[in-house]
Amino acid sequence: MLAAERVSFAYESAAPLVVSDVTVAVRRGEIVGLLGPNGSGKTTMLRLLAGTLTPTRGAVRIGDAPLSTLSRRELARRIAVVPQETHSAFDFSALEIVMMGRYPHLGAFELEGADDLAIARDALAATGTAALESRQFATLSGGEKQRVVIASALAQAAEILLLDEPTASLDLGFQLDVASLLAQLNRDRGVTMVVSTHDLNLAASLCTTLVLLKAGRVIASGTTRDVLTQAHVRELYGVDADVALHPRAGHLTVVPLGRAQ
Amino acid sequence: MLTVAGFGAVAIAVCVVAPLVGATSISLARVFDRSIAFADNVDAQVFFVARLPRVLAAVLVGGSFAVAGVVFQAFLRNPLASPDTLGVSSGATLGAVVVITFHIDTAFRGVSPVPVASFAGSAGALGVVYLMSVARRRGTSSTVLLLGGVALSAFLGALNRLVQVVGDYTDVFRSLRWMMGSLDVGSYTDIVVPLVPMIAALAAIATLPRVLDLVSLGEPAAESRGVDVKNAERVALISASLLTGSAVSIGGPVPFVGIIVPHMVRLIVGADHRLVLPGALLFGGSFLVVCDLVARTAFGPVGMPVGAVTALIGGPFFLWLLFRKFR
Repeated sequence: MLAAERVSFAYESAAPLVVSDVTVAVRRGEIVGLLGPNGSGKTTMLRLLAGTLTPTRGAVRIGDAPLSTLSRRELARRIAVVPQETHSAFDFSALEIVMMGRYPHLGAFELEGADDLAIARDALAATGTAALESRQFATLSGGEKQRVVIASALAQAAEILLLDEPTASLDLGFQLDVASLLAQLNRDRGVTMVVSTHDLNLAASLCTTLVLLKAGRVIASGTTRDVLTQAHVRELYGVDADVALHPRAGHLTVVPLGRAQ
Repeated sequence: MLTVAGFGAVAIAVCVVAPLVGATSISLARVFDRSIAFADNVDAQVFFVARLPRVLAAVLVGGSFAVAGVVFQAFLRNPLASPDTLGVSSGATLGAVVVITFHIDTAFRGVSPVPVASFAGSAGALGVVYLMSVARRRGTSSTVLLLGGVALSAFLGALNRLVQVVGDYTDVFRSLRWMMGSLDVGSYTDIVVPLVPMIAALAAIATLPRVLDLVSLGEPAAESRGVDVKNAERVALISASLLTGSAVSIGGPVPFVGIIVPHMVRLIVGADHRLVLPGALLFGGSFLVVCDLVARTAFGPVGMPVGAVTALIGGPFFLWLLFRKFR
């Protein structure tokens, strides 16, 4: 449903390509993981998929429509983005943050109605943050903030959720919370997701498909089981790792052993 | 919503009460007594001719500075941003000081060139702000825009002092008085002309409250929720600068209102800009009317520049609001 076809991108015309000839296909109901070392073009690729950047070459389509033919508002009704961290300059409540997700569905002077409030409350409930509704966003913990921002993206009622390192600044407990929340949203609500992450074990537990990016190019893509291998981990990060199916977790796990010689 | 209606009621009340107070005491009943002809009704003349223009000027100037402050703070994502931050006030001041110092301020057909020059000065600064915002679209952050504004402000301030060094004692005194802010407008004409850009700017800003909410979460967050940030930023910065320029041309660079009133309003109504914007317009207006009332009555017939009073009253009031909130 969301597909990048041979997409290249440079921030300036003379600058080197940050993303080069990348093809990614996201099918309905999938969770696609975007893996790669720092500076490999993951965030840029997410922004291209979100339509906030326009490819220098190639095109990104949602359904049959190239993203460039849709207005910002139309795009926001179909694609929602969860950034790595969210800070507010002012004291909004959690509910107000979630209600902001309704923006693309409202006219310039239209006020949120009872429907919008119901959608926002439902999103809060789905992310386990209903009790935080009237708390000031700035006073929430990192994990609570991230779940409220995910609720805000859910309230946007988009078909696709793009998440940029959603667990990067969270402790182990909150990482698990966010990961199981994403799995549950995918299972119960059929939300399609693209997740960029450095956490290989998160990717292994959550993603059905992986795309491995290195220096802006795809070095491998396919099902998690096929793509997450010792050889690929070494190629991506220069690290020797033990990749094995964990009997109790029920998915692949990656244990780094040392720098590859 | 109720709180904003309250702000509205307060604004109307101060506009009716403020003109009643002054050296000559007048009665509200006589002012609106239709049985006396206007030419014979001294109370009505004092109310409508001598005092109301000044009160309306205070409403417009206070409201404009406060709204401009709200917009700058949201778009620059910085609570310390204000109408002065991007150099628009300094531009206006430079325009006025040049005209005063070089004595090109003889009134032409009853219109003083000082407000015209200050508006021109703010327009010049606005041009630079616009160029900075264009440059910003090529990847610089809002911090760069803020720094650019501070630099422009400092540069224009230096030029302003340079011009004053050339002037003689009386020129400098006049400039200083102007810079402290004064709402001593002569007639309705002085406020009708700047009203045009003010209304245009306010109309543009009226389309932005949701955008301001989203932008205060950061540009990527706003974009991914469907805001055309590039376009909205241009509309916001130009409108807020236009408001600042018009307000300065009426009352001089009245300090404090543009930076603190937005925060006062946020402490009262919360962060939602659909409440903050009208709240700031009404509260900023009322606040300046009260300050001006104090300025023209509390210090005898001489009067005090309103700019000296705003911080005198507003500072403690703001601190009280802060402590009440975080106690």
